[in-house]
Amino acid sequence: MDFGPYLMLAMLEGAVLAAVLALMASGLSLVFGVMRVVNVAHGEFYMLGAVMAWVVTQFMAGLGGGAAVNFIAAAVLAPLIVGTIAAAADITILKRLDYDPERVIVATIGVLYIIQQASLMGYGPDAKPVIAPFNSRIALPWFEFGEEGFQIYFPWGLSTTSYKLFVIVAAVVLLFALRLFMTRSRAGLIMRATQLDGEMATAFGIPVERVYAIVFGAGAALAALAGVLIVPIQQAHYLMGGDALLLSFIVVIIGGLGSLAGTVVAAVIIGMSDGIISVFFTPTLAKIIATLAVALVLVFRPQGLFGVKSR
Amino acid sequence: MTETSSKTKTGLISPTRRGALKTLAAGAGAAATMPLWARYSSAQSSAPIKIGFGKHATGIGAAYGRWYERTSVAALAKINAEGGINGRPVELVTEDDGTDPRRAAEVLEKFASQSECDVAFGTLFSHVVVGAAPRAAELKLPYFVVSEGHHVASGMLNRWTLQPGITDVKSQISAMAPFLTDVLGKKVTMIFPDYAFGYDHRDNLAPAIEAAGGEVVAKIAIPPTETSFTKYFPKIPRDTEVIYHVMIGPGVLTFVKEMGEFFGPSRPELFGFIDSLEATDLSSPGLEFLEGTYFWEGMPRYLQDDTPDYVKAYRDAVGLDANGASTADASDVSTSAHMFGCWETLHIIKAGMEASGYQSTADRQKLIEAVEAMTMFEAGPDHPQGTKMFNGKTHQVFGPQYISKVEGGKLSVVKTVPYEETLYDDEVDYTSMSF
Amino acid sequence: MTRKDLITHLGLIAVLFALHFLLPTYHHGIFARVMVLAVYAIGYNIAFGYTGLLSLGHAMFFGAGMYGMGLAAYHFAIPALPAWLIGVGCAALLSLVVGLLALRTQDVSFMIVTLMFAQAAYLIILYFSEFTRGDDGFVVPSDMRAIGPWDLSDESTRYIVALILFSGALMISLWLVRQPFGRVLVALRENEERARLLGYDTGRRKLASLVISGTISGAAGAAYAGLFGYVGASFAGVQYSIFALLWVLLGGAGTVLGPFIGTLFMFYLIDLATEVTEAYMLIAGVALVLLTLFAPQGIVGEIRRRLWKDLP
Repeated sequence: MDFGPYLMLAMLEGAVLAAVLALMASGLSLVFGVMRVVNVAHGEFYMLGAVMAWVVTQFMAGLGGGAAVNFIAAAVLAPLIVGTIAAAADITILKRLDYDPERVIVATIGVLYIIQQASLMGYGPDAKPVIAPFNSRIALPWFEFGEEGFQIYFPWGLSTTSYKLFVIVAAVVLLFALRLFMTRSRAGLIMRATQLDGEMATAFGIPVERVYAIVFGAGAALAALAGVLIVPIQQAHYLMGGDALLLSFIVVIIGGLGSLAGTVVAAVIIGMSDGIISVFFTPTLAKIIATLAVALVLVFRPQGLFGVKSR
Repeated sequence: MTETSSKTKTGLISPTRRGALKTLAAGAGAAATMPLWARYSSAQSSAPIKIGFGKHATGIGAAYGRWYERTSVAALAKINAEGGINGRPVELVTEDDGTDPRRAAEVLEKFASQSECDVAFGTLFSHVVVGAAPRAAELKLPYFVVSEGHHVASGMLNRWTLQPGITDVKSQISAMAPFLTDVLGKKVTMIFPDYAFGYDHRDNLAPAIEAAGGEVVAKIAIPPTETSFTKYFPKIPRDTEVIYHVMIGPGVLTFVKEMGEFFGPSRPELFGFIDSLEATDLSSPGLEFLEGTYFWEGMPRYLQDDTPDYVKAYRDAVGLDANGASTADASDVSTSAHMFGCWETLHIIKAGMEASGYQSTADRQKLIEAVEAMTMFEAGPDHPQGTKMFNGKTHQVFGPQYISKVEGGKLSVVKTVPYEETLYDDEVDYTSMSF
Repeated sequence: MTRKDLITHLGLIAVLFALHFLLPTYHHGIFARVMVLAVYAIGYNIAFGYTGLLSLGHAMFFGAGMYGMGLAAYHFAIPALPAWLIGVGCAALLSLVVGLLALRTQDVSFMIVTLMFAQAAYLIILYFSEFTRGDDGFVVPSDMRAIGPWDLSDESTRYIVALILFSGALMISLWLVRQPFGRVLVALRENEERARLLGYDTGRRKLASLVISGTISGAAGAAYAGLFGYVGASFAGVQYSIFALLWVLLGGAGTVLGPFIGTLFMFYLIDLATEVTEAYMLIAGVALVLLTLFAPQGIVGEIRRRLWKDLP
């Protein structure tokens, strides 16, 4: 394949990854931003979203629904279910730990295994597919300045699918909605107030505990939504949360812990570079370089590449 | 504790330990350990023969584990119905190895010293085999693997580990290469998983293709944890005539689907190892584009027109429908190309035990020697996959290989390569090693 | 070090020695394994339990020891004891480098940085598969698995060697926490700011703690390779980092006996659970949650809190 179309393809693939990562990582970032805790089970909520999407579409298909209807049902129900589970985990576990950062990390490692193993028991060890609501191959054109001047042609292999484009658009819309919600709505204001100073918020009569439960649930729901969006491209598998968790950690760190805008920018960078780096390096080497780079960012620039130094 | 162990090197404080055990066992102080001892020494000859089965129940090998177990249970039902082994019933003791090498080694210990198994068998993934095999040798426990890895025949394992029921990747590849170059095309690009199983393919395909007059133009390694594949496909050179693909793990369906989306209507010839799609329904959405492509199969998944009666009997016993799925659940597709190895291995254990007059764990060494002396397995109810030749020196079996074409969403066998065309030179002589 | 401390810990070693003659084969094997893994947990405990450094990357130190020992024996035919020392040296070096970098961060960042470094180390093992044999791993040659006339693959020898290693690590750990150095580590854990104001060079002490911790973990990894004969990438994976945390938490972080008790308990719990369900890691998850909720001190910690105030 020529270099130009190759790069274009890598960027398209990178954009899909970036879209999913941005959604998932903004959930993690939201939870960290408001509650100042790291949720290690975040990857499992992503997995659970994908698994729930499979469950819902199977159930709906049993009722005779079409692929599009089933998928919409999954996109609504799966994040709701996962968000509820997460909120329940917050009330029963995290609240009792007083949101102590280190104990929360340990407890969410436990939650990680509980969710993962419960999925293994209930859903089974196999990867299972969900049918995309629509999925047609779109061949993309490329241009070159040849002997006959400027011309457009369709190079071999340069293509994407309508569903992949939809994922990118959906993620952009959802992230805008999230931003509007956080900056314009009263609920968003309360969340930001809690983020700035939990004690002061309590003094002003904000039910901080309830806010925390809702934020934790919403963070998980965002991860679940990312899972629902990805599952027609990949399959739902009970071990899919691990790599996703590492990637969203990377994104949240690069973006600056707790900064939503930084998270989105970082997701685009990481997602795109994952696609583009694979053009130049072998994939394992690319992962080593990326992982070490992130660790070093955290060592030498703990506020992230885009964050500002915290108080 | 069992007196079978004939140690060559000294054990630290070993004599004392044994002495103390015996003294204590006689005394009241060791009452707690008595029942265990008693069972050890008074193994009745009518007691069942126990076969420890390391199952990939969880982890990435889970689908294989499920079908390996079903096949083994069916094989033992047949063996028991035919009078068992040396007049004794046979029992399967299953333990999950989690597709994890450390756990697999512990499972072997459990077989050897807790559930008192006579032999151990099972296990597909090569890192699990490599991790567990040294324990088998230390425990002096015959370990029959059904892995298709080249680790046994390459000489990296030991005298107690054998692979008599399934062929290894090296012989499979040498059987496929002439078909690739003669029928499909001379310029081959290979796509393989970036870990040991893939390396067996990487290291053996190029020489085999070159020997058959072709050329491997690109080798594309993909990490086993990868979940999106499109970005790798542009590395396929434009002049590729054949793509040789072998993937494994939960991402394989995505892999095939995205390959279809990448090439669209203008694809080169495709030749895959069915490992990519074991336990996967060929009518899954996205796989339509595999129509007209070719696969290696260890044993045909779909019922063929000329399927012999003994294969039908095998399929019925395991519970396979005509599509190679479970008769109980048509969406539960089997791992046909590998699991026959369990059936055949269990029949070889039976034959080996009968040939050696196996009575108790004290005869384990005789069992190994009896299996090493075997040479031919004729196709039939005990060996439904076909006639095979066993090489006692390398502990590896050689058998027929099948090439199938996807036609109407099913795999039809287009060529069968007999075992004679899959041989290669010995790389080890295990029989010269001590026990 | 008080006499009572000594009697308790020497008592455990004596009991383990007696068990060598008493245990049935299978449990004898498990105890040998648990003792080696408990050394890993003892190492982890020095960083996490005593100094308060929550690392999620200790598997890289275990792995450094294991691969240092294993590769030396496999590629260069170096016998067990010198190869073990090489493994320990690798772990010491790695923990020094990681410590110098990672200790610039704190708390959550420290956890993530160690996780990232460990992930990179794991991927490096996979990447250089020509040399390390990737995730297939390799078998340590049996002629290298001997110390003088003693064959490490012999069950009895293995148990005794594991016991010697375990006793050594236990006594070092006990000695360390009774030293002024150990008390400063605890002070660091409780309030780093105050320790600094009192004039302690907290950075250097944290580094020393991490290096000791990593080195002991590596000693366990190297011994595991020699005693059990297999070296594989899965031992360097993130799960083994979490195992160390789990064992220490269960037994009691910041107690000398805790790591052994936790490892033993969890080992049997999982071994029994495999007979009931395929999802046996569920037990680990439930244990982690219950421990953080109801017994953050762990088993030995609770004993210390309720029964035995000055247990180290």
